Amino acid sequence: METLDTLILSRIQFAANISFHILFPTITIALGWVLLFFRLRFAWTGDEKWMASYRFWVKIFALSFAMGVVSGITMSFQFGTNWPGFMETVGNIAGPLLAYEVLTAFFLEAAFVGIMLFGFSRVPGWLHITATALVAFGTTLSTFWIIVLNSWMHTPQGFEMVDGVAHATNWLEIIFNPSMPYRFAHMMLASFLTVGFLVAGVSAFRWLLGDRSREVRSMLKTGVMVGALLIPVQIFMGDLHGLNTKEYQPAKVAAMEGLWETQEGAPLVLFGLPDEEARLNRHAIEVPGLASFILTHDWDGKLTGLNDFVAEDGTPQHPPVAPVFWSFRVMVGTGLAMLALSWAAAFFMWRRRDRHEGRTQGHWLAVEGLPKPLLWALVPMAFSGWVATLAGWYTTEIGRQPWLVQGVMTTDMAVADVPAPMVLGTLLTYLAIYAALLIAYIGVIAYLARKAARGEDGRAIEMDHSGKAHVAAVTPAE
Amino acid sequence: MLPDFSNPADWLPWAFASLMGLSILVYVVLDGFDLGVGILFPLADRAEQDRMIGSIGPFWDANETWLVLAVGLLLVAFPTAHGMILSTLYLPVFVMLVGLILRGVAFEFRAKARAQHKALWNRLFFAGSLVTALAQGFMLGLYIMGLEKTAETYLFALLTSVVLAVGYGFIGATWLIHKTEGSLQGKALGWARRSLWGIVAGVGAVSLATPLVSDRIFGKWFAFPEILWLAPLPVLSAALIAGLWVMLRRMPFAEDRLDWLPFATSSAVFALAYLGLAYSFYPYVVPERLTIYEAAAAPESLMIILVGACFVVPTIIAYSVLAYVIFRGKATELRYD
Repeated sequence: METLDTLILSRIQFAANISFHILFPTITIALGWVLLFFRLRFAWTGDEKWMASYRFWVKIFALSFAMGVVSGITMSFQFGTNWPGFMETVGNIAGPLLAYEVLTAFFLEAAFVGIMLFGFSRVPGWLHITATALVAFGTTLSTFWIIVLNSWMHTPQGFEMVDGVAHATNWLEIIFNPSMPYRFAHMMLASFLTVGFLVAGVSAFRWLLGDRSREVRSMLKTGVMVGALLIPVQIFMGDLHGLNTKEYQPAKVAAMEGLWETQEGAPLVLFGLPDEEARLNRHAIEVPGLASFILTHDWDGKLTGLNDFVAEDGTPQHPPVAPVFWSFRVMVGTGLAMLALSWAAAFFMWRRRDRHEGRTQGHWLAVEGLPKPLLWALVPMAFSGWVATLAGWYTTEIGRQPWLVQGVMTTDMAVADVPAPMVLGTLLTYLAIYAALLIAYIGVIAYLARKAARGEDGRAIEMDHSGKAHVAAVTPAE
Repeated sequence: MLPDFSNPADWLPWAFASLMGLSILVYVVLDGFDLGVGILFPLADRAEQDRMIGSIGPFWDANETWLVLAVGLLLVAFPTAHGMILSTLYLPVFVMLVGLILRGVAFEFRAKARAQHKALWNRLFFAGSLVTALAQGFMLGLYIMGLEKTAETYLFALLTSVVLAVGYGFIGATWLIHKTEGSLQGKALGWARRSLWGIVAGVGAVSLATPLVSDRIFGKWFAFPEILWLAPLPVLSAALIAGLWVMLRRMPFAEDRLDWLPFATSSAVFALAYLGLAYSFYPYVVPERLTIYEAAAAPESLMIILVGACFVVPTIIAYSVLAYVIFRGKATELRYD
């Protein structure tokens, strides 16, 4: 019983840490590229609104980056403190992948983020742009290595087991494992959508506070357009990812769909309460044949149900159904809300483009066109990307259970022999710290938005086209 | 000491132990100074505090990455040792992580939060830095004592935790001597002078205790002829500490010349003390229990990392140097423009 308690508590602790951690990379991955966009627009046009946008978002980038770094360090230690069996079994594969992440990506970001944040007036414009680009590239590279490792845990290949320890046989197969391209694309798009809605939501908030600056218009349009253009791509990519999962981890898909019996023409369960004891969905609302159509592109396609996934002794061996079923619906629901809202916002801005005072300059979107309720709806949607991303990760990670590495080792094989009360104590402390930091983080973003809306953000700086400031930006007296 | 370079199973663990050792040393010096600045934080007034933050702002992130690399190399190259060490150090690691979280985010929050919250973030920045240093020192003490769970071990670990915090404070003060001027530099000189005694006591205590922990380590140090070529280590350390004592009393020199010398000297003292420890424990990665050869991962996996590391580590050093060059000179308040 003791080990079981430690197992469950360790899983909750790891889930809490990784959930907290993923929030911030999800922002910094795409925000790095958005900042590079702002920075390049400034370099090309010399229009200060782009630099104002850069200066506003680089602060949030810095804050998110720090949150990501410290929670990432926590994760790297928890492999050893809580999950020693993971590295002992698959360390020959996970180790090099993590090492390459630190060596190629982590140092790159950490070294150039200082120049990106504080180097604007110290280095030539091209070097500041290069630093911004390298930070964006570094966060993406970091994502790549982590996704490679995570995908390998879902669809392992390119290795052999010798005395219960995995040894690499083909690194290309390990890196380009079957689910990696889908997972990487899905995560990158998730990050861009998160940032698109964050930028749109915070800008809408500033607009509602009465901020009519040129940069707030540009930021709002950028955010809405990133969301509106990428959400259909993401839905398409999610479908491809789902088909890949059906091929390699059919039990996960069965749990996502709440499908108990293997059948042809399986219905799509819109709503239902999966009951693992009775092995059925209570109060289900279903669309006949639709699940089969989505997953096999055939109304009468055959889908394998949960009851057919059993261990050698005949007991069911599939992920817990309700959490996978529900987190999948939360993800899809949030995605549909994103689709509706971003397209509505884009439509209203386009319809009222004539009301923009700068129409003659070729503007084809007008923020004035946005109805107030839509602006208000964009504000809470600022964090919709977090909800969808977390729900998506829960779907895929809980859907991997009871496996830690699909077909190679189960989660309970990896857990450390640490007393349960100790795990509980540290877990509660982490939760308290994370809750406080999350409140502080959102509070500071709101505060920065209010301050910027009041026009107290930064100072007027004279700049030439290279982006070099003519005033000493570093003034000890202030 | 040197491995057989014709046999990968022999020299690869050695190469990785060296690389990991180097990462830990670089971490201790670099994050040591920025943690130290955090420990000294409450001793300064508000304007000086902003200056102190300015002196470490562009660097702390990259400094902390050396810790990730070190623990990553331990994880990658010596997986069994990684599990063994970290699950034994469960609580001190947890305390250190809480410290690192608090100081890392406080650093950002204090600059962005509304004015009335700044004092709270300042306090958390100090507390996080101190707790991190104490926890690391505690782990060092447990490690030196062979990760045994005895009363003496914990007492010794308490001692090393205070010693390391003082040591970080000291190297932080020497960093400030380099990066600041005027009254803050004067204060930093005072902090460095006072904490130098902590260094003397700390290096002394650890040097005396380590050989007494095990007969093996005692034998390594006090055997003939090894003692002859080991002798320069303590002699050089003593000379450097004496040099620090003299220069800290005479500084600042005219036109602030050689303001970098105390930091460079104290880095050298840290490096020498570290080399001494490394010599004592080699070839063990878990003291007296597991050697680097017993704990090493499969040679083919190590090889794949080493090839990458040969290209990447010099690059990392190059752009870290670039960052230090760009932000050279006296620190001022940081601004995002």
